[in-house]
Amino acid sequence: MTEPIIDVVGLSRDFTVRAPAGRLRRTSRTVRAVRDLTFSVPEGAAVGYIGANGAGKSTTIKMLTGILVPTAGTARTCGKKPHRQRRELAREIGVVFGQRTQLWWDLPLHESFRALAAIHRLPSDRAAQRQVELVDRLDLGEFLDTPVRQLSLGQRIRGEIAAALLHSPRLLVLDEPTIGLDVLSKERLRGFLGEERAAHGTSLLLTTHDMDDVQRLTERILVVDHGQMAYDGTLAGLVDRVGAQRVVVVDLLGGAHGAGAEVGGGAGGAGQAGGRAAGVPDLHGIPGTALVAVEANGLRQRLAFTPGLTTAAEVIAAVAARATVRDVAIEEPDIEDVVRRLYLSQ
Amino acid sequence: MADLAPYRAVLSSRIRSQLAYRRSFALDVAGSAGVGLLEFLSVYVIFTNVTELGGLDFAGVALVFAFANLGFSLADIVVGHVDALPTYLRSGTLDAFLLRPLSVLGQLVTSDVQLRRLGRCAVGVAILAVALPQAGIDWGWGAALLVVAIPLVGAVIFAAVFVAAAAAQFWLVDGAEFTNAFVYGGSNAASYPTSVFTTPLRAAVTFVLPAAFTAYLPTLLLLGEPGPAWTPAWLGWFAPVAAVVAWVVALTGWKAGLRHYTGTGS
Repeated sequence: MTEPIIDVVGLSRDFTVRAPAGRLRRTSRTVRAVRDLTFSVPEGAAVGYIGANGAGKSTTIKMLTGILVPTAGTARTCGKKPHRQRRELAREIGVVFGQRTQLWWDLPLHESFRALAAIHRLPSDRAAQRQVELVDRLDLGEFLDTPVRQLSLGQRIRGEIAAALLHSPRLLVLDEPTIGLDVLSKERLRGFLGEERAAHGTSLLLTTHDMDDVQRLTERILVVDHGQMAYDGTLAGLVDRVGAQRVVVVDLLGGAHGAGAEVGGGAGGAGQAGGRAAGVPDLHGIPGTALVAVEANGLRQRLAFTPGLTTAAEVIAAVAARATVRDVAIEEPDIEDVVRRLYLSQ
Repeated sequence: MADLAPYRAVLSSRIRSQLAYRRSFALDVAGSAGVGLLEFLSVYVIFTNVTELGGLDFAGVALVFAFANLGFSLADIVVGHVDALPTYLRSGTLDAFLLRPLSVLGQLVTSDVQLRRLGRCAVGVAILAVALPQAGIDWGWGAALLVVAIPLVGAVIFAAVFVAAAAAQFWLVDGAEFTNAFVYGGSNAASYPTSVFTTPLRAAVTFVLPAAFTAYLPTLLLLGEPGPAWTPAWLGWFAPVAAVVAWVVALTGWKAGLRHYTGTGS
């Protein structure tokens, strides 16, 4: 394989915090924002970078993109030393900070794109082609002429991402890209990022508090706690490690209304007032599980289980022995909760 | 940097957006001209009481004032917004600059342009137009060249002062008041014949803050005056040298400031 897109060895960063002490003296205290991080991300990968506020996520990103210089250790991004080769690196990465704009506040998007194309020295035909692609796929057409300061948050973030991708970077770094967005905007953005990666093989490093982002967009997660690496692996592995519970959601076929009664379309049919749909048992007492919810008159039931004690397949088999299963889904645990458990277990 | 296209793209958008609201722009220009005129009024008031200031007559002092104002406002148009550096730091704009494949200072300078300061430029040009024929100048190619070169070199010197002041703000997060004392104090000191100051102060505004090089010393050359002790007129020929030294200091300070920000040093 080619060299990793991000390669970090023993990366640390201290900040000096000064505070007044007495009338004239000041004390200075060293805060270690990031300590001794080591990890590597292969080209083309999508990695979620997770941690509580103040865990060191943004500091790490700033060191990886050349904004901050490490106190100790080395970082290589796209094979370059981020701070030393800042300008060369800037041609190969795209960065979006969700809460801070990188566009020109009082310029419309199309002028920002023109300026960025000039900044990255893109040949005009390539820039135009790429812009058409991004405008189309991110649906920017209707507000290309509006100054950035007048855009809604969702529009602005789409504009920021288009601006970061205009020069077709090898690595896209997103710091809280979906913060503050409504569900629909988040969903569209995730869809776009998936397509973009499929089409261009762009590597992705994403910090987020939104666990759907992690589940939908990344195949590997890094968890930092107080500047130190707390976990590096898959989401499923993390769930295993902290023993968080997964949930099997089963949709059952009711007996009384025959084979035609279904959950999805059956709001009027199966959902009679009051009772339980006939012929549907409660799924109490399945080994290794707890029944956490019964919905739609018993036609949908949720069983929580701890990986390791039993498996999804065993649970489904046990359910199938007691009722007619129409559909099965498995819900992964809420990652905020998983991270919290991980922190507590340290 | 040979290729200025990236900077030009931002700058041209910026100029267009400033010219978009014509009436508002015209008012801004008029306001800026008003500031220049008011400042000149104080020179005029002085000359209702005296006939000579620091060895120069009214026409000579008006020339110093006009050259200093023209040089300062040219610098202000191009780099005046750099003293808003703390705002750029707080809003994350400086981080955005660091993420682009261009020089940070280049991006900061070209991120804005204060076209309304053209009003103050116009005041300077107008005063020059009136005062130059009355100042008793021995006209020739040399004098003509000086008239063009003085405001340009002055602008270069003032621009360096602006950049040095911006660099200091990497350390002084809320230090705009402090650095303004040098920037605007320097501009003010440059607008009067430096000979009115006591020798230590005159040395300070000549050799520490090179304000005297922006107008007073080269104006002495133009008028054929000898100049006071310690800062003779021939120093005026060294104004370009002062400009180079000022920029070396400013750029060294800027680089140190940026290093402080990204955390290489300290």
